Amino acid sequence: MDRDEEVLEAPYRLEYTYQRSTGPVIGRFLGALRDARLEGVRTASGSVMVPPLEYDADGAATGEPTVVGPGGVVTTWAWVTEPRREHPLPHPFAWALVRLDGADSAMLHAVDAGSIDAMRTGMRVVPRWQDERTGSIRDLACFVPESAAAAAAAAAAAAAASAAAAGDDRPPVTMFPSPVALDYTVTAGRHLSAYLRALAERRIVGGRCPVCTKVYLPPRGACPTCGVPADAPVEVADHGVVTTFCIIRIPFDAAPFPPPYASVAVLLEGADMPIFHLLRGIPPEEVRMGMRVRAVWVADDQLGPTLASIRWFEPTGEPDAPHDQIARHL
Amino acid sequence: MSASRARRRDVAIVSFAQLPPVRRDTARDETELVQPVVTAALRQAGLTRQDIGFTVSGSCDYLIGRPFSFVTALDGVAPWPPIAESHVEMDGAWALYEAWVRLQQGDVDTALIYAYGKSSLGDLPAVLTMQLDPYYLAPLGIDAVSLAALQARALLDSGRATERDLAVVAAARRGGAVAELLATPYLVAPLRRHDCPPISDGACAVVLAAGDAARRHARPAWIRGIDHRVEPHQLGSRDLTRSTSTAIAAEHAGVATIGPIDVAELHAPFSHQELILRDALGLGAEVAVNPSGGALVANPMMVAGLTRLGEAAARIHDGRARNAVAHATSGPCLQQNLVCVLSSEVAS
Repeated sequence: MDRDEEVLEAPYRLEYTYQRSTGPVIGRFLGALRDARLEGVRTASGSVMVPPLEYDADGAATGEPTVVGPGGVVTTWAWVTEPRREHPLPHPFAWALVRLDGADSAMLHAVDAGSIDAMRTGMRVVPRWQDERTGSIRDLACFVPESAAAAAAAAAAAAAASAAAAGDDRPPVTMFPSPVALDYTVTAGRHLSAYLRALAERRIVGGRCPVCTKVYLPPRGACPTCGVPADAPVEVADHGVVTTFCIIRIPFDAAPFPPPYASVAVLLEGADMPIFHLLRGIPPEEVRMGMRVRAVWVADDQLGPTLASIRWFEPTGEPDAPHDQIARHL
Repeated sequence: MSASRARRRDVAIVSFAQLPPVRRDTARDETELVQPVVTAALRQAGLTRQDIGFTVSGSCDYLIGRPFSFVTALDGVAPWPPIAESHVEMDGAWALYEAWVRLQQGDVDTALIYAYGKSSLGDLPAVLTMQLDPYYLAPLGIDAVSLAALQARALLDSGRATERDLAVVAAARRGGAVAELLATPYLVAPLRRHDCPPISDGACAVVLAAGDAARRHARPAWIRGIDHRVEPHQLGSRDLTRSTSTAIAAEHAGVATIGPIDVAELHAPFSHQELILRDALGLGAEVAVNPSGGALVANPMMVAGLTRLGEAAARIHDGRARNAVAHATSGPCLQQNLVCVLSSEVAS
């Protein structure tokens, strides 16, 4: 078991569908962006901070908003030849810190310069606005090198936005969508892979701790009591005893069956740790601690490296196990 | 300052173990990364798990995309019967700082610190974007290499370094001829591939001991000073060409007063950052910097900083160094910095 191909892997996406509250200072800035306008705030020391924060680096609350830009100066930059999917532009572009006219700090954004040769520290840039603006830092599509045409386009966009804003009854920006979506390729590791592969063969394989001799299911990289790998393979029976259970009575999206149904912890014969699964074939009110149960496997052509190869457990009908047999495993 | 220092307990790094970092470790899950390094660090310290008074780890759940993954990884330290444990969602160097503070209370004498990072499962640039301000930076999707490139340009523009100086650092850490390195294309200009860290999976562990528990060891690496400082998150409000936080941490850790420094292990994932850090720490040309290769050679996230402390201590353990400086960083463009001064002498 030391070749990588024996380790199972699978794609996995982590997503959080957060909305984020802005507070009054950031909300006002994002609202101004929606109107194709750049604003900073005045700090207690009299400098102008862009983009604005609630407090300056000394911890003093910032004050009145003040219009800045629309043009500014590049204070540092970096050239991206292969943009990532989440970058603001799909073709090569520069990241830059831009100190807008009237501001004392610089803001980060993209510069659509066409070529690295068009970039230099100290160059002047003007904004290019999105046509559809929602109250986001990305309402500012990017900056572009200042030219008569670019300046005129920026001024026209600002004038149009200002005219539109005059009759605007949109509420201030207080929230914005802030979704997170990250893609992973999860790997099961050697021990879990061995366990999962066995399930595809209707076998259940645990791992024995060489020190305390407990059999863990699945095998694991460390026995939590002894601190050594609990990975000596041990075949475990596909029948055992219910140690504890609960009855699900409330329906939910991912429920495997219409409620009520029983979710059980089963101590398989030969293992020291129970596994969690479903119990069918008995009315929920008759499920008991100590019941003897056996696995119901899926059909051969549905077997796979997953615990879902066991559809559920069902009672064997044998007499219940005495409590002291499960007491140590609760 | 001197009065408060006098009340401090003497604490030393007494052992250090690491897994050789690799690009992609599919065989080990988090527990399996932690278990071998913890076992090795304890064995080296001559301690058992039951001897440890406090355990603390550093890791980041976003790296493997599993909330509370550090709880699973705890199996690797054998937490049953229950142990006194803590965790920081940061590099393990900050876990070591917490352990050092914990040992100052005087009721426990040993602490185990470990860190693990498995960047290979996800898209590391996208994961690191998650640490940025969610209003102004993260929605732009700017990645860690791009942020570092902005800092590198600012340093070049300041006239204090050239692209050649960056290549000299890269060649010293990872080999290659400077002229050949400079002939390679930019990754994110002005950074070339050799200026940027590799993506690595890895883990390491350190044992701290206080007072007599440390004196039992042949050559403990005594922590003579340790401090960490953070700068504002907003890049446009910082001087990216200087590491003020490192300079202040160095002053409080006593870098200037320890005497001749033999070795410095600096957590500089990008070549230009090593130049900024050397400057901030006031290191002379006589100091051996990053003999381990540093983060330009292996950069397991959440591990590489603690590794710098471990590597510096190991040089004292084996007698190659008398005084050492170790540094760890966190956040974009050296936002947060920790400096630790280590010595073979418990006090001057």
